[in-house]
Amino acid sequence: MAEKEEVKLLGIWASPFSRRIEMALKLKGVPYEYVEEILEKKSPLLLALNPIHKKVPVLVHNGKTILESLVILEYIDETWKHNPFLPQDPYERAQARFLAKLVDEQILSTGFGSMARADEKGREVLTEQTRELIMNLEKELVGKDFFGGKSVGFLDIVAGSLIPFCLERGWEGMGLEVVTEEKFPEYKRWVKNLEKVEFVKDCIPPREKHVEHMNYMGERIRSA
Amino acid sequence: MGETEEVKLLGVWYSPYAIRPKIALRLKSVDYDYFEEDLFGSKSELLLKSNPVHKKVPVLIHNNKPILESLNIVEYIDERWNTSGPSILPSHPHDRAQARFWSAFVDDKWFPALKAAAITKSEEAKEKGMKEVEGGLLQLEEAFVSISKGKPFFGGEAIGFMDICLGSFVGILKAREKLKGEKLLDETKVPSLCKWADQFLSDDTVKNVVPEIDKVAEFLGELEVRAQLISDFKNLRSTFKSNGRVM
Repeated sequence: MAEKEEVKLLGIWASPFSRRIEMALKLKGVPYEYVEEILEKKSPLLLALNPIHKKVPVLVHNGKTILESLVILEYIDETWKHNPFLPQDPYERAQARFLAKLVDEQILSTGFGSMARADEKGREVLTEQTRELIMNLEKELVGKDFFGGKSVGFLDIVAGSLIPFCLERGWEGMGLEVVTEEKFPEYKRWVKNLEKVEFVKDCIPPREKHVEHMNYMGERIRSA
Repeated sequence: MGETEEVKLLGVWYSPYAIRPKIALRLKSVDYDYFEEDLFGSKSELLLKSNPVHKKVPVLIHNNKPILESLNIVEYIDERWNTSGPSILPSHPHDRAQARFWSAFVDDKWFPALKAAAITKSEEAKEKGMKEVEGGLLQLEEAFVSISKGKPFFGGEAIGFMDICLGSFVGILKAREKLKGEKLLDETKVPSLCKWADQFLSDDTVKNVVPEIDKVAEFLGELEVRAQLISDFKNLRSTFKSNGRVM
């Protein structure tokens, strides 16, 4: 490709949504400029590029803005066609998209709720609901190294950035073991596989700092 | 293609989400068997088997494989029958991203705000909610003008992804206008969307697929009565209980 590609990513170090974009760009070997945003003090650039939602991640490619992490992931896969990470078969794509939404809508909601609710009983209920939802992923992983089969794919990036490398850090900080080896052996195996992949490893928020951050956020919300 | 294609669609006549796959299948000239579910009664075996996680419609079953979530189904139809009919999603990645962004806006922000405003008993919440809905329509008006570039639809000359997404709610907006006199599709505020809405409803692929406005208005009215009855019953029960009687 002869033309100059200008790729800029606005993100936040602790956000699973911007981390997953970094994983995707690294998977494709696309060089990009990263701009770190601060939650409490959003830059004029972010507010100009995403006036409706005011959120990260924001991808800017050759002057064009793309918003919403799942939309950005599809855009990246369509624009840089080598190493495709969405399945090729339409049915499998539909499956991957369906489970990605399950992760980003339901698991996210019950998962964060299990940390944010002030009452313990409420947290327990949400924790159990989260386990039930993760069971759908457990079943999907049987006989596979990754959701994408032999290599990291769309759903691996989505679920990986949110569950093991974000929610689990929050649970760790609270001393909770939500996903056990006993009940989720496939999931545990999958996380170990993920941790060995270069571009995934490079895009995980540093553990200690992250656990501390999740703890701090959790406490703040619980006592609010 | 010599193989027999078995395409089944499970839906309910009043659901905007179930309209979407119907339009997509018509755009692609795909024959299908439609099954009307009774969500107020008992869900069919087929539904429970195909969508055990959410137990919701619509569900597309293609050669015995279930596909869930209305917009997911539309994308699947577009990809599976890609040599037939117009492209439902635009071809350029940035335009596709734009279509996905706005459809997520409609489904995750705009329509939930309308639903919440419609259901709430608080006058204050209702007013605030409706303002958000109106604001959303102004943003969609702007998006439509910029994306359609003078053509009749978001998708250009033919109906596309965003048209299907937002279009599936036009019936409800018009029904609410009949029922409540609430004019969200206001020509003075969103003139291009108003024109687009009429064009959408009269398109061949949509005409026989969307339920009649009167029927929808009647249904919404019934839903409201039902919700009121349930709320009255609950109030009555708690009154009896507090008086020491068991209901």
